Amino acid sequence: MTPLSITHPLGDWIRQQLPSPFAAIANGLIAVIAIAMLVVVTAIFLVWLERKVCARFQARLGPTRVGPFGLLQPVADAIKLLMKENIRPRTVDQLAYFLAPLLPITGSFLVLIVIPFDHNLQVLDPDAGIVYVTAVSGMGILGVLIGGWGSNNKYSLLGSMRAGAQLFSYELSMVLCMLLIVMASGTASLRNIVLSQQGTILDWWIFKLPVAGLVAFLLFIVSSTAELNRGPLDLSEAEQELTGGFHTEYTGISFSMFFLAEFVNMFAAAGLGATLFLGGFLAPQIGWHPVDQLLAFIPGFIWFAAKAYFLIFLYMWTRWTFPRLRIDHLLSLEWKFLLPASLANLLLAATLVLFKWVIP
Amino acid sequence: MISLNRFAGSVSALLKGLGVTLNYIVHPKRVVTREYPENRETLTFPERFRGQVVMPHDENNDHNCTACTLCEKACPNGSISILTTKNIASKRVLGQFVYRLSSCTLCNLCIEACPFDAIRMGHGFEMAGYTREELDLILNKKEGR
Repeated sequence: MTPLSITHPLGDWIRQQLPSPFAAIANGLIAVIAIAMLVVVTAIFLVWLERKVCARFQARLGPTRVGPFGLLQPVADAIKLLMKENIRPRTVDQLAYFLAPLLPITGSFLVLIVIPFDHNLQVLDPDAGIVYVTAVSGMGILGVLIGGWGSNNKYSLLGSMRAGAQLFSYELSMVLCMLLIVMASGTASLRNIVLSQQGTILDWWIFKLPVAGLVAFLLFIVSSTAELNRGPLDLSEAEQELTGGFHTEYTGISFSMFFLAEFVNMFAAAGLGATLFLGGFLAPQIGWHPVDQLLAFIPGFIWFAAKAYFLIFLYMWTRWTFPRLRIDHLLSLEWKFLLPASLANLLLAATLVLFKWVIP
Repeated sequence: MISLNRFAGSVSALLKGLGVTLNYIVHPKRVVTREYPENRETLTFPERFRGQVVMPHDENNDHNCTACTLCEKACPNGSISILTTKNIASKRVLGQFVYRLSSCTLCNLCIEACPFDAIRMGHGFEMAGYTREELDLILNKKEGR
């Protein structure tokens, strides 16, 4: 593991000012606070964006009243949720009930730590970054399972069991898509995966592996939609069937933790997709020098945000277009279609990599 | 085993759905929501917007109603009462067109029942009042015809 400072100048300055153990602690604290701020700001912004984009897809306006363009609406919502009484139903398992809301937000926080936002803007770059991401992203579903079990309510239990079944199924094809990128780039560290895509747009893994890259990208979008519990695959909270699923019994701050984690998770998954397939923080180079110079002038974290928000738009687009699947259709889609397809795609990519049939 | 034909059909149907929603987001003019109270003067409505029932009058303050009571019979809520009277030639004419807005559901059935186009759906929508009696309206401006 190679710990990287948030930014070199700031980290170096702190190292000069403080003796060595304290400097490391101070740098780590700054990194944690920065990620925590990102989690809060992203969650609030994405709530606004979701409502606005959803409204425009349905020929409505969305929030317009609170603040300019309704930008302060999620802040008002957050204040309302914080002021509400945190009801504890009599029959719940207290430990599980109050532990569960903390886990999903922790999981997305831990994923954001390894995402490379720019050349020097990554908190930690473990060599097995992909493995780490798959491990900690399961915490979100763990929280859903514990919350549904601890609520002691049949709707919550059904919702959380569905979430579990969905995770164990879709995790497979998602990991196979990630494995394809690991195989093609020869590294599992997220920073090195980004650096392996240097060059023009055609060097991004979505295009560099002919057909296999694009198929893997589409499979990744579908399976991560299921992982994120977002429509049309949001079976675990299906409000029409399960009255909200796993968060039926939750109110106030506990509910808002689940709610915010959902949005931060979406940002983390979109950032992961951008890192793996769309060249992460690299500027899109088209091979024509003057334009490339101009594009490279824009800092990397802006490119990262642009790519991540493009993927977020894709998630929202599919959510507000398609109706929800039935649970058996959902599972047969994974086991009978997506899993064989991703295995075949992995084989195809392996052949391409073996014979070096990649776009130069 | 999913046949390729069916698979292609499903994918094209999904893409078609995505196209429909994309069309909404790239054409901001298709937004149907109207913002309200600040622009009350400039507010415009679609042609088929159904507000409260009105009775159009011409320049002599005359209307087309013949007091045939078809609208009264068509109304499922009993919101309309036609009170008739007799004119000088002792012919039955409209006395008062009583319209109880408080029980009206703006269902348009009375307008469809009317053979003379005497009433239509207006664009009025601010229907709040302090008492129930304020919502009992008399649509014709003068008695008789």
